[in-house]
Amino acid sequence: MEQTRKRELQKIANRIRQGVLEATFSAQSGHPGGSLSISDTLAYLYFEQMNLDPSNPKWEERDRLVLSKGHCCPALYTALAEKGYFDKSELKGFRRIGAMLQGHPDMKNIPGVDMSSGSLGQGISAACGMALAAKLSGKNWKVYTILGDGELQEGQVWEAAMFAGFRKLDNLIAIVDNNNLQIDGKVSDVCSVYPIEDKFAAFGWHTISVDAHDFDSLDAGFKEALTITGKPVVLVQKSVKGKGVSFMENNAGWHGKATNAQEYEQAMGELKAAYAELEVE
Amino acid sequence: MAETKRIATRDSYGKALAELGRENENIVVLDADLADSTRTSVFRKEFPDRHIDCGIAESNMMSIAAGLAAAGKIPFASSFAMFAAGRAYEQIRNSIGYPHLNVKICASHAGISVGEDGATHQCNEDMLLMRSIPGMVVINPADDVEARAAVKAAAAYEGPVYIRLGRLAVPVVNDEESFTFQIGKAVTLREGNDITIIATGLMVERALQAADQLESQGIHARVIDMHTIKPIDREAILSAARETKGIVTAEEHSVIGGLYSAVCEVVCAEAPCEVAPVAVMDEFGCSGAALDLLELYNLNAKTIVEKAKEILA
Repeated sequence: MEQTRKRELQKIANRIRQGVLEATFSAQSGHPGGSLSISDTLAYLYFEQMNLDPSNPKWEERDRLVLSKGHCCPALYTALAEKGYFDKSELKGFRRIGAMLQGHPDMKNIPGVDMSSGSLGQGISAACGMALAAKLSGKNWKVYTILGDGELQEGQVWEAAMFAGFRKLDNLIAIVDNNNLQIDGKVSDVCSVYPIEDKFAAFGWHTISVDAHDFDSLDAGFKEALTITGKPVVLVQKSVKGKGVSFMENNAGWHGKATNAQEYEQAMGELKAAYAELEVE
Repeated sequence: MAETKRIATRDSYGKALAELGRENENIVVLDADLADSTRTSVFRKEFPDRHIDCGIAESNMMSIAAGLAAAGKIPFASSFAMFAAGRAYEQIRNSIGYPHLNVKICASHAGISVGEDGATHQCNEDMLLMRSIPGMVVINPADDVEARAAVKAAAAYEGPVYIRLGRLAVPVVNDEESFTFQIGKAVTLREGNDITIIATGLMVERALQAADQLESQGIHARVIDMHTIKPIDREAILSAARETKGIVTAEEHSVIGGLYSAVCEVVCAEAPCEVAPVAVMDEFGCSGAALDLLELYNLNAKTIVEKAKEILA
C-alpha cells in the first residue's frame, strides 16, 4: 500500500498499543498480550476498511465489528477513542467501578461497541446473526469478527462456522488472531487447533492467510475478502502476542497481567521510541 | 356446561407467531431442528424466508438471535426448555441478557409432562434459570388464550422474554372475550378469603379443581393464575398473604427456584404467612404417560387440597 498511508496506520497502531498499556496499567488488570497482537488489525479495520460514522454510533448502514475475543478490549477501546467515539481519558477508568469501560465489551454503555462479548465462542455466532439480518433486509453492510486462536477450542465456534458456511454469509469476515499462545501455554501444546485454514475451508469458508503486523499483507487480505461472494471469509493472521513490547512478545505470561511501574515505563519507552522513528521517516 | 376445549400452549404459540409474522416483517423465527414439535413450523409454512433452522446447535442459535436483535430484528428462538434454558443458559445470560437484547425465547416441552422421553428431556429448572438473569421476563401461560396473548405481549415488549410452553393439551380456562393480558399482572380466577392457591401453567387447571373440592367442604379458596413469574405480581401475593390464611403454590417445576421460591421471596420480606408448595421435589423425572406422571409426582388437585387443609388445620 501507499507509503504515507501505511506510515499513518502504523502510527495509529502504535497509539493503540500505548492505549493498551495505559489502560491495563491504570487498572492494574486486563489483557495486554492479545490486545497488542490485534492492534495493527484494528488500526486497519477502523481507519481503512470499515464504513463508519463515529458521530452516529448506531447508524444503521454501518459495518459492524464483534470482538469475539472480548478480553482484548483495551485495543478496541483505544481504537474507538482514536476514531472519536469517546474521549481518550476514559482509558484511565478501564475496569474501575463507575467507569464506562468495562472489563469486557459492553454494547449498552460504550459508544461504538456493536456487541457485548467476553464469553469465548459467542461473538462469532452473534456476528452470524448480524450478517443474517443484513441479508434478510437486503443491506450491504459487512460484519467483522475477531477471534483468538485458543478460542477455536470452543465448540460453539464450529457451530457458527457450519452455519455461516451453509448460509453462504459472504458479508461476514472473521479474523483469527493466531499468536499461538493461550493462558496455559502454546495453543499447539494445550489442545491444538491446527490446521486452522483447512478446518474453516471444510466448513465452506474462503480462507486467506496474512501477517498481522504487515500492513501490505493486511491490505491485500482485506481487499481480497471484499471480492469474495457466496462464502464467508476468514483471515487467519499470524501474529505475535505482546507485539511491540520486547519483554511481552511471545510470552504467555502477559496474557492477563498488567505491568508494574517500572515495566510500564520501559514498555511505553519502547513504543514512544518506535513512534518517534515513524515520525522521522 | 359445554365440553372445555383442550389446546397445548405450543399450538397457541405457532398460531400467534404466524399472526405476528403477518403484522411485522422484522419478526424472525429460529429453531434447532424441532420446528414441528415447537410449532414454529406453522410460521415456517407461511414465511419460509424468515424461519431459520439452525440445526441441532442451541448455543449458536441463542447467540445468533442476539446478533439479529442487535441489528434490529425481533427474533423468536425456540427449542425444548431443556436445551433452550438449560444447554444455552450461558449464551442467554451473556449474549442476550447482559446487553438486554430484544430476543424472545419460547421454549416448549417444559416440565414433567413431556412424558415418555423421560428425565433428560423434562426440564423442571427453566424458570429458576431464566428468573436468575437480570432483566429477563419469565412467562408461563396456563392455556391457549393466555399463551397467544403472552406471545403478542412479548413481541410488543422491548427486551428479553422467556415463555414456557407445554406439550400437553390443556383446557382453556380463560374467557377470550373478557381476557386482558398484562406482563407482571396476575389473573384472579376465583375470589375467596380462606386460603389462596397461586398456580402457574398447567397447574392452574388443577388449582381450579382443588378450589371446587374445597368449596364443597365450605372452604373458600382464592385462585390466582400467576402467568408471569418475573416480574412477579407482588401486589396480588401480598393481598393474598394479608387477606387469606395462607398460600399454596402449584407449579410443574422444581420446588427450588420457581413459583414457590418467588412467592416466598415476596411474603418473607413484607407479609410473612404460611406457604406450602405443590411442585416437583428435588428429584429427576422418569418416563411415563404425561397424565400419569403428574399424578406420580403429586402435581394434582388432591395434593393442593391436602396442603390447603394442612395450613388451615
